[in-house]
Amino acid sequence: MATEKSNEMQGLTGNSAVALAMKQINPDVCPAYPITPSTAIIETFSSYVADGEVDTELITVESEHSAMSASIGAAAAGARVMTATSSQGLALMWEMLYIASGLRLPIVLTNVNRALAAPINIHCDHSDSMGARDSGWVQLYSETVQESYDNVFMAVRIAEKVRLPVMVCLDGFITSHAIENMATISDANVQDFVGEYTPETSLLKDMENPISIGAMTLPDYYMTFKKQQSEAMAEAKDVVEEVSAEFAQKFGREYGLLDSYELEDADVAIVIFNSATGTTKVAVDELRKEGFKVGVLRIRLFRPLPHAEIAAALKGLKAVACLDRADSFNDFGGPLFNEVRSSIYDLEDRPKVISRIYGLGGRDYKVEDAKSVFEELLKVVETGTVEEMTKYITI
Amino acid sequence: MANLKELAGKKELFTGGHRLCAGCGIPPIVRLVLRSTDANLVASTATGCLEVGTTIYPYSSWRIPWIHSAFENSAATISGVETAYRALKKRGRIPADKETKFIAFGGDGGTYDIGLQSLSGALERGHDFLYLCYDNGAYMNTGIQRSSATPMGSNTTTSPAGEVIPGKEEWRKDLTRIVVAHNVPYAAQASPHNWKDLEKKAAKALAIKGPTFLNVMSPCPLGWYSKPEDSIQLAKLSTDTCYWPLYEVEDGVMKVTYKPREKKPIEDWLKPQGRFKHLFKPGGDVIIEKIQAQIDREWERLLDLEGRQIF
Amino acid sequence: MTDKNNEELPEGGVIHEGGNADSYETGGWRKLRPVLDNEKCTNCLICWVMCPDSAIIVEDGKMVGFDMEHCKGCGICDTECPPKIKAIKMVSEEEAD
Ligand SMILES: Cc1ncc(C[n+]2csc(CCOP(=O)(O)OP(=O)(O)O)c2C)c(N)n1
Repeated sequence: MATEKSNEMQGLTGNSAVALAMKQINPDVCPAYPITPSTAIIETFSSYVADGEVDTELITVESEHSAMSASIGAAAAGARVMTATSSQGLALMWEMLYIASGLRLPIVLTNVNRALAAPINIHCDHSDSMGARDSGWVQLYSETVQESYDNVFMAVRIAEKVRLPVMVCLDGFITSHAIENMATISDANVQDFVGEYTPETSLLKDMENPISIGAMTLPDYYMTFKKQQSEAMAEAKDVVEEVSAEFAQKFGREYGLLDSYELEDADVAIVIFNSATGTTKVAVDELRKEGFKVGVLRIRLFRPLPHAEIAAALKGLKAVACLDRADSFNDFGGPLFNEVRSSIYDLEDRPKVISRIYGLGGRDYKVEDAKSVFEELLKVVETGTVEEMTKYITI
Repeated sequence: MANLKELAGKKELFTGGHRLCAGCGIPPIVRLVLRSTDANLVASTATGCLEVGTTIYPYSSWRIPWIHSAFENSAATISGVETAYRALKKRGRIPADKETKFIAFGGDGGTYDIGLQSLSGALERGHDFLYLCYDNGAYMNTGIQRSSATPMGSNTTTSPAGEVIPGKEEWRKDLTRIVVAHNVPYAAQASPHNWKDLEKKAAKALAIKGPTFLNVMSPCPLGWYSKPEDSIQLAKLSTDTCYWPLYEVEDGVMKVTYKPREKKPIEDWLKPQGRFKHLFKPGGDVIIEKIQAQIDREWERLLDLEGRQIF
Repeated sequence: MTDKNNEELPEGGVIHEGGNADSYETGGWRKLRPVLDNEKCTNCLICWVMCPDSAIIVEDGKMVGFDMEHCKGCGICDTECPPKIKAIKMVSEEEAD
């Protein structure tokens, strides 16, 4: 296989990179509804449609609920379907997210992370996609513009292989609106990578032998279908690894389920999602220079949760801070904290884990913020006690 | 215009063995509408009696491709299906030989209330589909709660006829008029008792390219507290009393398709239905008069529009 | 019928045999059963078009009887049979047996 590695370098925003990826995929159907900060994705894509650069059928629906409903209808009919949203839009889709996954439809949705109201706020946090974490969607989180772009292609392959919908998440404004110099893939290579979509069953496939989708299942059957869905989720983890490996081999960019930075000999680490990883890495570099053994673990795949890999990555550490850009409002830390803490429970000598909620509604997260978390962690190691298990920072 | 022998000779696309109540008004409507075209058909259905009653896993009554996704989005779901059809046809992934038409079904709750936005959006976008609302005048599947289609005075479980409040106090929403205001090429009201009229309207709607709409009266013995064997007669009375006028609006022109020789008093329709029982007790006559006055007004308005370009 | 815990069930609860409800019996719901008087029937097929359960059997344009596996005994066929014909009447199940 000709490995035309990353060809052309381009300066693109996260939104334009995602729109470009969608253009290169040229899906069959794209239901679209605008919301800041993901609007530019569907605007740019609409102009591709208007200019004939794709032959995708655009459906300019009247709400995100209908965007996901139309996505479901189109995917059930056998089409490759992509859409994008953020925040309130994702929240309005909530009911349909579960139906998309329950019907095993490989829809790909880019969610540009934005805080949920109230108070209304258009800036980045992860409360939107965290709210959808149990909806049966595979969730991939992206640190950079490059990764957002690359994840969209991988999402298509993963979704169609396991027959589950996939959500690609990237940070609102920080990634969606920031220009990054990134490598694009040629159209031909994209097409070669995603391949043709030929679902085994669909509404329109065989009109002579009609199928019924979305039947009422009673207690005698419902649970069997949920078990199948749960198993598909478990399988998705391997598929994410396989597809990422194939992607690396073809295009030279490697993505794991997790991204470990300076963890091998670390005493303490921050676990985090998305763009704030870069800021944290800078803090790590600076602290390392001063002799502190600190590291970062970035979660790329959150659904399914690579719990064994998380445990392996954090094994041997003494203290860990999970940084959540969302609160669970449970008085017991953010969602990432709870899941990471639970993942390492079976380690013999497990690190202490603390929860820090940061950056809500677009509040800046700076190198100093990361550093002060590391300082707290080092203190935990030194004293052997956790003074505050959960705390809001950057406030 | 097909006759019954011809229609009966066609394949049954909606089988028996469904779990809708004995005497339900929905199946005769669906059976007839599915027979009114020779095109391939694909349908979506909103959550409600029709959906629950016909697809209890692992059984389905639908011999056409069929999808249900949720309650408020039958129109949005069919938008996706119809668009996928165009996309796949364009790309040569499905054979282009036989025409395929799309129908979205929904009850009055799924159409007048929670699904109104999704219906409006799909009509405005101009998808090639027929939306068929079976109007049984309440949320029947969940136990007879009022909807905005429920007749004034009706006793439902959320507008009970109580000591102080005599059932539903509001007049029903005129959804067909709202649909007509979308400038769709075809919208009509029909009733299963008048099968010729219903078949003709369905055939017309399905022959048109673009969004079309049928609002069909659908008697419900359970929710109307009426006898199962009377369902079709009650549908007839709804038109003979002019509670449910039969008309169509084609390219904006109004045509009343049935004018009773003698308009019957509304009591004739109300009386056999237990949901109006309280109106026949002392004091109920005031409400019946109010209902009659409203019906008279609307019927006159309709006759006045007859033959006119209303949109 | 399929084993309800069968892991091989089609994904997402898809029913691959649209129309298979035909094999599901609802005749057991019936308290009254329709009986046809062949002499009187004119094969107008009004009963066929009004039947909610697709339970009027028509062959070559003629009404030939009832599908008792599906007929729920609602009595619409009896009510709708034109007044001058009245070829259908409802009798209680016990009476019929
Ligand atoms: C979002 C949502 N809200 C409420 C319900 C519960 N629900 C299911 S069917 C139904 C009523 C359906 O009424 P209608 O559309 O009139 O159809 P019918 O039951 O009369 O056939 C309701 C309230 C639901 N399934 N989804």
